[in-house]
Amino acid sequence: MAIECLVLGAGQTVGKSCVVATVAGKRIMFDCGMHMGYSDARSFPDFSLIPHAGEGRFDSAISCVIITHFHLDHIGALPYFTEVCGYNGPIYMTYPTKALAPLMLEDYRKVKEQRGDEEKFSGDHIMNCLKKVITVDIKQTVQVAKDIQIRAYYAGHVLGAAMFYVKVGDATMVYTGDYNMTPDRHLGAAQICHLPLDLLITESTYATTIRDSKYAREREFLKVVHKCVSGGGKVLIPAFALGRAQELCILLDDYWERMNLNIPIYFSAGLTIQANMYYKTFIGWTSRRIKDTSAIKNAFDFKHVCPFKPSMINDPGPCVLFATPGMLTGGFSVEVFKQWAPSEKNLVTLPGYCLAGTLGHKLMSGKATTVDLDKDTRIEVRCQIHQLSFSPHTDAKGIMDLVGFLSPKHVILVHGEKPKMASLKGRIESELGIQCCYPANGETVLIPTAQLVKIHASKAFIRSHTNSNFHSLTADGVDLSHSGSTPISPTEGETVVEGILIMEKTKRAKAVHNNELLESLSVLENKVQFAYCCPVYICSLEQMPSNQLTCSTSSAGGKIEDPWLSLLFLKLKEKIDCTSAGLGSDHLTLGSFRVQPCLKESCCHRIGEPADPKEPTVYFCCSWSLEDEKLAWRVLSIMRDSLTISSGIELTC
Amino acid sequence: MKLTCLSRGQGFHCPPCHMIDLGGFCILLECPIDLSALTAFAPIMATTSEVGMGSDEEEEEGKEASLSVDGLINSVPWYKTVGSLGLWDVSLIDVVVISSPMGILGLPILTRNSNFSAKIYATEVTTKIGQLMMEDLVTMHEEALQFFGPGEEFKYPEWMTWNELEKYPQVIRTIVMGNVAEELGSWFPLYSKAEIDECIKKVQTAKYAEECCYNSSLIFKAFSSGLEIGGANWTIHCPGSSVTYLTSSIFKSATAMEFNYHDLQGNDFILFSDFSSFNDAGMSNSEKEPLDEPSSIADVPLIREDNNNDEDREGFAASVEMLEELEKINFISSCVVETAKGGGSVLIPIGRLGIILQLLEVISQALEALELKVPMYIISSAAEEMLALANVFPEWVSSERQQKLYSGTSLFGHAELTKESKLQFFPVIHSPDFMQAWQEPCIVFSPHWSLRLGPAVHLLRRWHADENCLLILESGVDADVALSPFMPIAMKVLRCSFLSGLPIRKVHPLLEFLKSKHILFPEDLRPHVPLREGASFLYYSENRTMAAPNPSDGVEADLSIDLARQLRPRRMLQETMAISRLKGKLQLSYGRHLLAPTKAPSDLPAKRLLWGPVDRSLLLHSLAEKGIIESSVEQDDGGRCRIFVQDGDRRAVVELGAAPAVIAAADERLAALLHEALCSASDGI
Ligand SMILES: [Zn+2]
Ligand SMILES: [Zn+2]
Ligand SMILES: [Zn+2]
Repeated sequence: MAIECLVLGAGQTVGKSCVVATVAGKRIMFDCGMHMGYSDARSFPDFSLIPHAGEGRFDSAISCVIITHFHLDHIGALPYFTEVCGYNGPIYMTYPTKALAPLMLEDYRKVKEQRGDEEKFSGDHIMNCLKKVITVDIKQTVQVAKDIQIRAYYAGHVLGAAMFYVKVGDATMVYTGDYNMTPDRHLGAAQICHLPLDLLITESTYATTIRDSKYAREREFLKVVHKCVSGGGKVLIPAFALGRAQELCILLDDYWERMNLNIPIYFSAGLTIQANMYYKTFIGWTSRRIKDTSAIKNAFDFKHVCPFKPSMINDPGPCVLFATPGMLTGGFSVEVFKQWAPSEKNLVTLPGYCLAGTLGHKLMSGKATTVDLDKDTRIEVRCQIHQLSFSPHTDAKGIMDLVGFLSPKHVILVHGEKPKMASLKGRIESELGIQCCYPANGETVLIPTAQLVKIHASKAFIRSHTNSNFHSLTADGVDLSHSGSTPISPTEGETVVEGILIMEKTKRAKAVHNNELLESLSVLENKVQFAYCCPVYICSLEQMPSNQLTCSTSSAGGKIEDPWLSLLFLKLKEKIDCTSAGLGSDHLTLGSFRVQPCLKESCCHRIGEPADPKEPTVYFCCSWSLEDEKLAWRVLSIMRDSLTISSGIELTC
Repeated sequence: MKLTCLSRGQGFHCPPCHMIDLGGFCILLECPIDLSALTAFAPIMATTSEVGMGSDEEEEEGKEASLSVDGLINSVPWYKTVGSLGLWDVSLIDVVVISSPMGILGLPILTRNSNFSAKIYATEVTTKIGQLMMEDLVTMHEEALQFFGPGEEFKYPEWMTWNELEKYPQVIRTIVMGNVAEELGSWFPLYSKAEIDECIKKVQTAKYAEECCYNSSLIFKAFSSGLEIGGANWTIHCPGSSVTYLTSSIFKSATAMEFNYHDLQGNDFILFSDFSSFNDAGMSNSEKEPLDEPSSIADVPLIREDNNNDEDREGFAASVEMLEELEKINFISSCVVETAKGGGSVLIPIGRLGIILQLLEVISQALEALELKVPMYIISSAAEEMLALANVFPEWVSSERQQKLYSGTSLFGHAELTKESKLQFFPVIHSPDFMQAWQEPCIVFSPHWSLRLGPAVHLLRRWHADENCLLILESGVDADVALSPFMPIAMKVLRCSFLSGLPIRKVHPLLEFLKSKHILFPEDLRPHVPLREGASFLYYSENRTMAAPNPSDGVEADLSIDLARQLRPRRMLQETMAISRLKGKLQLSYGRHLLAPTKAPSDLPAKRLLWGPVDRSLLLHSLAEKGIIESSVEQDDGGRCRIFVQDGDRRAVVELGAAPAVIAAADERLAALLHEALCSASDGI
């Protein structure tokens, strides 16, 4: 069996994340995103590449769609896929993602509409699409179908972002979506359990970047903002409705409180205010710090934040304004920029990453003194530009930590830049010894899976181990933000069990304890006995102390009465350890080996040449079973070679 | 699996309590307190500040004095836990499972024992609400302490002595000691805030349907029960068997996420622990009569197997119980509004979060419709936080409420009411803020439903003689005893009982649906539920340990393909079977055993164990291959057969027959060859 992994988007790039994994005919689609850099067919994943999906028969081809978070590069194509392509099967996402996704999608659709671009889906499409969504909670284990199980894990990144564990039959994989391994102002760090995995599909946005402390960068941001407003300037923070806006807002609101500032912080248009409502409801999905203080005050009840009216653009005095959309792609944030950019007192903050072609990108790429908005509008840019250097994505160390922690058999890198992916692949293979690849869009990779055979094991078999501290894998979640400092030690020592596997046609194989075998087969043991009636020649006279010739006794209390046997015992004692020997009046045992003098002329175990009648001969009948084979032949050789019995002694007992 | 029912509980506020032994682990299910027993104590006394509420002082004081506490225990209250739990060694408990906030109330009494080391599982919401309820209880209890003086409560209480008990009326004595004094040991002094914190720290919170793994062997999963927000039923899996722990559940609730019974299906055992129809005082006589026939066909469609169909879920939405509940809420609301309209105040000491949330919404709407400006107060140290909690756990509210979220409004309406100052919260009754806001007539939600603790006592003192006022009393306490210290009562009293579990007529179709082999069912409910064919009903009763049969003697395990490849199976003489020695590393994770190759795979030993008859022709064939020839055969009367063989000049005999086979040889090598031949001619390993 294998996992067939088809990368439809975010292969060697960032944008339109979409991976289709197939195991034994069951197909799971991870994310269904759009590429914001394109407005033609390239903006959506090429769904026609999905096997058996001809004529739009996606329902039968795909078992379920899993969406990791509300960013458009992960969900942007979903309404198109369900409403236009006609996929009607189950869609899974977390509660916050379901609540927040329509805001993102609507926002995007409206910008498109304003620009007069071709609409890929309508407002109704968004609504109908979201109605089909099945919500999941973090760590909730959902049985999608008989042999498909999925489970969400906290991913940080944005509110509601999740990594998904999927088990199809025995094949196991994790798809991370975007994640953050360090907690930020409003969200916690990604958290996942130690899981046996065949495949890990991870984002690699910062495949080669190592970041320093977030707090230094936050302080820097606050410093510039504070400096600007105290100089009477206005701060424009272009942001998308969700995520960054809330994070910065918590930061500012908190700072305002501490510094006792009363300069207004505005939110443009209702969108972000509504989003705050969601953040308040989903406080349980935010960072521990925020959650713990929520009983006293909900951190998203911003004290210093109020709504902004477009008429206030040219009001005098300093302020901070959050305006949509981010990256200055158009709309209101650009309107404000037009008015504020010419003054050197003002400040514009830009995110660490702006798509090519956006105004934000132009501003970042150099010390532009003028920008042309369109052929009629030229703006002088005298304001300060501050680039935010914090990102909700994990850095290279975080990716390595996660890969190392999960130790999957294979890693696939998506959602990154090709050259950086190549270098990360090198590190994963050399440092962690895990196979890694980064397929391009449209490529399919075959990943072999660890296979398991289901058997029935009897309790006695399970208990047959000898290891007293039977080890078990720790299954508790580990906060990955610390995984660097607390390495997960591989399980030490082994619990070894031993038994017999019974395989029967049409039945599940059954492991049983050795002692249970005969019973479970309902048969009787056929214990093979070995036998030999051994002749011993009495050839030489030897003086023996008489006291030794009296009856031999053993520690077990047995007593030999037969003199020949007594003699034999003495001889044996010289050569081998006889402490466990059992003595009877006419026989001697060592384990399963039993010897007794034999007087039967016709004893059927007298094998070989008949003894020379001239030699005085005593026969000893011996028998033993397989486990004492070695001992038996050793005793026999002693008897044959060196046993000399003095016949002249008066044998009395 | 072994089950001991420690208590069948006292309805909604005191759920049943069990101890089960599963796979060698000892699991305690719930740790409640019977707060209805508080009615045995006299209510807390008035403190002087109470008179500040705007009425004539003297009159108030006069009324206070007239309250009758005769026949009630006038002492710091103690608290009644599950008595027989005291018979168990705390250190032997491995896991505690809590399914509702009511089930956690007694837990600090257990966790403050230094021998307690069990892991506690509860959902996040249940833990938080439970914590608030316990803290509220401690706050209310402090008021009593102030009156009686600190230090008083840890002394062995005088009232518990025989001499003292004799003096109390029968009804009080029964509350204290049960029928035959067996419950005297159930009483404990209340825990402290610090002990609550200690207890809560030990709780491992579970998300919806999260696989919580104990000791790698047991897997606990919580699914919504519908009883309260965060209320859960649990499935417990251990290698080789599985249990559905079915608590009081409500198919369709107006507040909590609906009862998820689909995910409870197919386990080996059901522990049916919903005593609501037994406890429910409101249960009509006709329903109490045994059902001879299986439930009517009409009920069965309510539970269908295809859970993917939303239409069917809607079938539950229209379910009778939920409509009845809504009607009750509306009726209470109309009585409340009617009273307010007539200038009377209303006291609602209801202790159920779901009911409070609904009443707030419905009453405020009704007031609005009538343009009545009557203030609503919630006086409780915990209520504000508790109600805020209800708005931040969308994962645990009903699907209708979730829909509200997606359309952008908050889950419950109380947040808006607070914003508009139609609803005001006060942590305590004796505060300047409260005095200032106080205005009558008003509608007050305030604990405690036992009418012995909390602000409700003071308000009841104030209003009990006013025939314009209204008290909403929840069933679950003996109303006569509860109201006795406030006699004579002129205010109107509306007693209401709310749905607290499965209606008895739905139990049978539900059990049918859940398809378990064994159903552990309360003896008390036996007459009400007909036997199901194909399933074994095992009836349990309080304080009797019952062993349920083990479903199988083994477990399902996974054999890694790497280890499977190392196997050297031998085909048996009858061709359909093969056997192989198996040696591997055993790992247990998430309740599943995995067999993987050992680090140092040892050579599998040669065949040693033989059974069944020896195939003679195979034997001779094998001997011939080794160059050994048969020289003669002897057959004796006893069915034994002696085969004389020769290898060059060495001879040997092989004896076959009824008794074990014997190889007689003088030579080690020849003996080994013969044994080898014998093995190949026989089944063995
Ligand atoms: Zn993202
Ligand atoms: Zn992304
Ligand atoms: Zn013999």
